[in-house]
Formats: sequence, C-alpha cells, structure tokens
Amino acid sequence: MVSLELKRVVVTGLGAITPLGNNVSQYWQNLLQGCSGVGPITLFDASQHNCQIAAEVKGFDPSDYLERKEAKRMDRFAQFAVCASLQAIADAGLEINEFNAERIGAIIGTGIGGLKVLEDQQEVYLTRGSDRVSPFFIPMMIGNMAAGLTAIHTGARGPNSCTVTACAAGANAVGEAFRLIRHGYAEAMICGGTEATITPLCVAGFAAARALSTRNHEPTRASRPFASDRDGFVMGEGAGILVLEELEHAQRRQAHVYAEIVGYGMTCDAYHMTTPIPGGKGATRAMELALKDAGLFPNQVSYINAHGTSTLANDVAETLAVKQALGIHAEKVAISATKSMTGHLLGGSGGIEAIATAMAVATDRIPPTINLEDPDPACDLDYVPQLCRRQQVDVALSNSFGFGGHNVTLAFKKLKG
Amino acid sequence: MNKQEVLEKVKTIVAEQLGVAPERVTPEANFANDLGADSLDTVELVMAMEEAFKVEIPDDEAEKIVMVQQAVDYISQVAN
Repeated sequence: MVSLELKRVVVTGLGAITPLGNNVSQYWQNLLQGCSGVGPITLFDASQHNCQIAAEVKGFDPSDYLERKEAKRMDRFAQFAVCASLQAIADAGLEINEFNAERIGAIIGTGIGGLKVLEDQQEVYLTRGSDRVSPFFIPMMIGNMAAGLTAIHTGARGPNSCTVTACAAGANAVGEAFRLIRHGYAEAMICGGTEATITPLCVAGFAAARALSTRNHEPTRASRPFASDRDGFVMGEGAGILVLEELEHAQRRQAHVYAEIVGYGMTCDAYHMTTPIPGGKGATRAMELALKDAGLFPNQVSYINAHGTSTLANDVAETLAVKQALGIHAEKVAISATKSMTGHLLGGSGGIEAIATAMAVATDRIPPTINLEDPDPACDLDYVPQLCRRQQVDVALSNSFGFGGHNVTLAFKKLKG
Repeated sequence: MNKQEVLEKVKTIVAEQLGVAPERVTPEANFANDLGADSLDTVELVMAMEEAFKVEIPDDEAEKIVMVQQAVDYISQVAN
C-alpha cells in the first residue's frame, strides 16, 4: 500500500459546526460579512467568573444527524465532530462501502476532549459516591472518541487516530491525514478538529492563566487580534472537518475539488508551556517547512489565515514570524485572523480555519479581521481589517499554534493541471 | 407499590434510557436483543432503576436481569 511516488491530495468535502453557523455555507457567509459569534455565556451560569463571554454554537441539535440514544452517549465535542464529519462526507459525495472502507480513515484532533462529562461525573462522584459514576463516563470523555465515533458512524475502517496538541490539534490532524494519503496509506481521510470546553472549570482555568479577554460588556468586540487594546482570547466551540482525497481517486469519481493541500510544517518552540518563544522562531520554521514541503516560494503566498488569537504574546510573535518566513513579501501578503469572529475553538480551530483557508482558495474571497480599528504598532502587516476582500488566492497558508510550543502550518493551492 | 405500578415506572425508565418507544418495552422484551441495549446501557439502566426505586441491585443479581419482567419481579421483591 505504501507508495514511493508522492500522491497529490485534494480537499473534496467540508463540514462545520461553528459559532457562526452549523454548516459550511452559513459559516463562510458570516465570516465574509464580518459577523461576530461571541456573546454572553449561556451554557452555564458564569456570573461569578472573571470572563463571562464566549463564542457558543447556537441552535445545534444532534438529533438532526443522529438517533437520540446515539447522541446521548457522546460528549458535545464528539457530537460536533461526528455531525460535521457526516456533513463533509455528504458534501464530498463520498460513498464508503465494503470495497473502499479500509482505505478511508479519520484523524480528528481535540485540545482537551470531553471536559463537560468529566466535570459532571466528578460532581456525581463527590455528591453521590463512586458506584453512581456513569459507565459512559470514560468512553465519552476520552479525546480519541471523536475519531472513533466518526468511524462507527461512517464505516471508515482505515487509519484512525487523534492528535492532542492543544490549539494546534485540528491542524495537526489535517496535516497527518494529508501525509497518509500522500504516502499511499489511505485513499481518503476525514480530518479536522473539535472542541466543546465552554464549561465552568475550563473558563476558570484559562482565566487563571490570564489568557482570556474580560471585555464582558462588549462581547462582539472582545476578540480583537492584532489590535492595540486586545486583552486575550475568547473561547469558542465547534468542529471543522475536511475530506481529503487522493487526486486521481477524486478525479475518477468526478468530485468537486475546493483546493489542493500541498504542504505541512510542524515544529516546537521547546521554550515554555504557554508562552510562544519571543521572536516567533518556531512559527517561522513551521511556515518555512510547509512551503518547502509544497515546493513553493514565499512570494507565491497570497493569503495567510493567521493563528491570531488576540493575546498579547501571540499576535506580535506571529507577525514577526510571518516577516521572517516570507521576507519582503510579508508586506504584500493578505493576513486575517478569523478568530476575531469565531473566537478560539482550541483544538477545533485548526479544522474550521483550514476550511476558511480552502474556501479562500476556492472562491478568491478573503475573510476580514474584525475589531481592528487601531492596530498594535508591533503588528504592522496587512490584516484585511474590517471588510472582506475579493482577491485572487492561488496559495494560502493556515497557521495554528498551541500550548506546549506546537507550531503547525498547512499550505493550500488552487488545483491546476 | 404493586407490580403493575413497578412495570409502568420501569417502562418509562427503559424507554428514556434506551431511547425506544414505550410501547416496545413489553414485559417479555429482552434488553439486549429486543431493545438494542449494549453492556454499557445495561449498567446505566440498572443504576437508573436503583435510583428510581431506592433499591440496591448487586452485580450478580443484575447479571440475571435480561428481560423487563425480571427487572419488575426483582424490584417488586426487594422494594416491598
């Protein structure tokens, strides 16, 4: 099965459950229109928390996709992933049957996993005792279950795994899936990231690390990447799933192709648990490696979907990294931080941002960075402020960086020849 | 609580836990074969019945309960 000749890999299906809409079409339209998905937290009573805002998924009903009983035995992070995967498979028109099932797999990343069920069951344990803990607690909590359940619900029996690299998890999943197909281990992969951690404990934990915005009085203006008055990220939730497919496999079945995925770069800062290395060297190398992997030059890049979290440290380090990786071309490249609208989906962000990047390549539209009225002087590149832009996008990068010093860059390209 | 009352309450619990229509929860229904319960569902079901009826069902007894009627019989016996 392993191929010495590198296969080309294309994106043929997309699925998304996001704070901006529960399918790709709504998500993309709202991104282009510069809508914010952030509001007061409704999933729990946050009145005692420093941070009381988040980008929640709204109106999500897993029973639109799953039997009630099936949905009940999944934590929210797995529900998001399975439903988005079903959307992506349907969008790709990919039939998984007894002839191809072993050559189709799933890699779905998550930063944390089933935190809601963990918090609920901890409460049960403390108040009602050890013999009241649910038999579904462990299988619902473990982070790999998004990929496991996706296989169960799609029949994909090929390579199956889970990346757990914090906020880079979704991008790592797409990158690893890309490599599996490129090297001949699979014909198609369902991949991306998912997260559902808008919970009391998680919000308290990120707030304690001083990572969250506390702009509670102005929720839609709270996520403001690259702005001078940014004060942290806004937690989001959701899942973004892509179907990647070997080019000839896609062409044989005349599948619609959004973009070709051409490069994957991965590095580690080896510096600090939560702070990016000053100067952004790790992120620089991730972008350089992705371009090298793709056989592309820096001046071919039209667009970068930034990690752009709205934290003080990230946005400056990432700006420096883009300058180092692209050289003089950094001044010409369009960069946007869609987290200004979606909030930060942690392990899910690499998935929904890979979708935004592939859609930019597919449609020649660049979503904006909203809330960027007054950029930080140290952030002096073109971040496509406020309004989306119509511009030819031949090559685009998507950056995702995570606690632990993980840096991932994915490269997408218009399919030609 | 008489057996009929126990049966009605068990029916509600089983229908809710297993996500099946209440009319499918007949006394003869087998949890696994007729109502689609797997090993994890069975554990959860026993826990739900213990809570609802304020009884304890030891594991070795729980293993013998595979049909709705058996659950009703056991609960009626220990609850009274």
